[in-house]
Amino acid sequence: MAGRYKSDLNWSDVTPKDVWLNRRKLMAGVGAVALGSIAGPVAASLNARKTAYGEGLEPNTWDEITSYNNFYEFGTGKDDPLRYAGELTTEPWTIEIGGLVDRPGSYGLEDILKDVTLEERIYRLRCVERWAMVVPWVGFELADLLDRVGVQPSAKYVAFETALRPEEMRGVRFPVIEWPYKEGLRLDEAMHPLTILATGLYDEPMPNQNGAPIRVVVPWKYGYKSIKSIVKITLVEEQPPTAWNEYSAHEYGFYSNVNPERDHPRWSQKYERRVGGGLFAKQTPTAKFNGYGDEVAHLYAGMDLIVNH
Amino acid sequence: MPGRPSPDQGLAPVSVVKRANRAIGLVPPLAIYVLAVLPPVWFLWQAQTGRLGVEPIKALEHELGELALQVLIATLAVRPVNKWTGINFLKLRRAFGVVTFFYVLLHLLVWLVLDVQFLDQIWADIVKRPYITVGMGAFALMIPLALTSNNLSLRKLGPIRWRRLHRLMYPVVLLGAIHFVMLSKGFQLEPYVYLGVIIALLATRIRWGEWRAALAGSAS
Repeated sequence: MAGRYKSDLNWSDVTPKDVWLNRRKLMAGVGAVALGSIAGPVAASLNARKTAYGEGLEPNTWDEITSYNNFYEFGTGKDDPLRYAGELTTEPWTIEIGGLVDRPGSYGLEDILKDVTLEERIYRLRCVERWAMVVPWVGFELADLLDRVGVQPSAKYVAFETALRPEEMRGVRFPVIEWPYKEGLRLDEAMHPLTILATGLYDEPMPNQNGAPIRVVVPWKYGYKSIKSIVKITLVEEQPPTAWNEYSAHEYGFYSNVNPERDHPRWSQKYERRVGGGLFAKQTPTAKFNGYGDEVAHLYAGMDLIVNH
Repeated sequence: MPGRPSPDQGLAPVSVVKRANRAIGLVPPLAIYVLAVLPPVWFLWQAQTGRLGVEPIKALEHELGELALQVLIATLAVRPVNKWTGINFLKLRRAFGVVTFFYVLLHLLVWLVLDVQFLDQIWADIVKRPYITVGMGAFALMIPLALTSNNLSLRKLGPIRWRRLHRLMYPVVLLGAIHFVMLSKGFQLEPYVYLGVIIALLATRIRWGEWRAALAGSAS
């Protein structure tokens, strides 16, 4: 069951209800307008359970979150996913869960969702390209699903795969990277309560360009670790190959924790810039583990995070 | 005579060539400089009003860089276009070159002032990130070209030395294309298209006959 995560925030940190109700109304309005223009009929709200987690963070707008995406399956331009991800069929959706699990099989998305409580998790998102956002995800802990399928003791890593459908994903017709997109987490990272499978944002079903219908969100790692539109989850003993690491290992490590101390060959990671600040947006210092160090630093005790970048 | 085909040569009909050349003859270089200001102003207005997306800094930087490459290609194309069609832009070529420098400078300024912002970061980027080193190299090579793109310099240097100096354009354009290839994430088509066009245009400069003669000479 979700909700193992304990935050250090008090009730005094929570925004008063009338304030957030107002804010939500405003957001819902923005979302509805955006959805209406992109996806046709406005989808039903998910009624995700509110959590104290992420309060105090001001989320980016619906438009910002859904118009500036890296989802190369639909093209390498930032607005390509907004334009072309609608071509992806997300219903029905099944995930092939296998490897070192007690109950392998093909799981329908409705089947996966019927046993979980959806929560809102407002997380910082940091891209390796140095831009950042705050996103009010809706989802459940990955650990819930892993517990349900029964992880065998010999499993050490979790491997994920994105759908590969050339007829619906125009970007995969060109070998930008090796398709299908693959990602992976160490088992303890995957079981961490901050790691979620997200099915929506702003209490609305996940827009296709953000990884519909279901995606990983690991907030302390660079965005490319949070794999989208997942069709396969495999529990394995060895560290699995991952897409960007295969493309260029010295640039993109397996761990890819947000780390201002590790100098990326393409972008200095010392600073970042929040999306939505316009032409004169200031750069701000990058926080190690994207600000989630208190929660996750212990996972890497004794490890050299420059070598294991 | 190279560069001046007789009227019965070339790929375009004679009347078209004549009319085109007459029209080009009417364009003062000053008009190119005035028109050249429009695209950056247009991009800036788009960026400021949200028309370049929610992250306008990167978008503006990219638009200006690509624009610079396009004008660079146009500058490089003047000679082969003249050779193959008889249409003669030579009179405006220097203006194209200066406009290219202007766009590269704007591209660089957006990167310095709006994007990276911190001096220590700027220097670190130039030294440590190969695609930035390459881009800065291209910019540095363009400085003497921009400074000597005036009649006084042409007179002082003399046409032979001036032309020799301005062959620096060849490495500049190649570095520009390589800069684009290097900064692209993953294997993308667009930068390779630019690189291919530029290599093809440079290849038209090679005097294969002289090369063959030189090779034959060294072999004997």
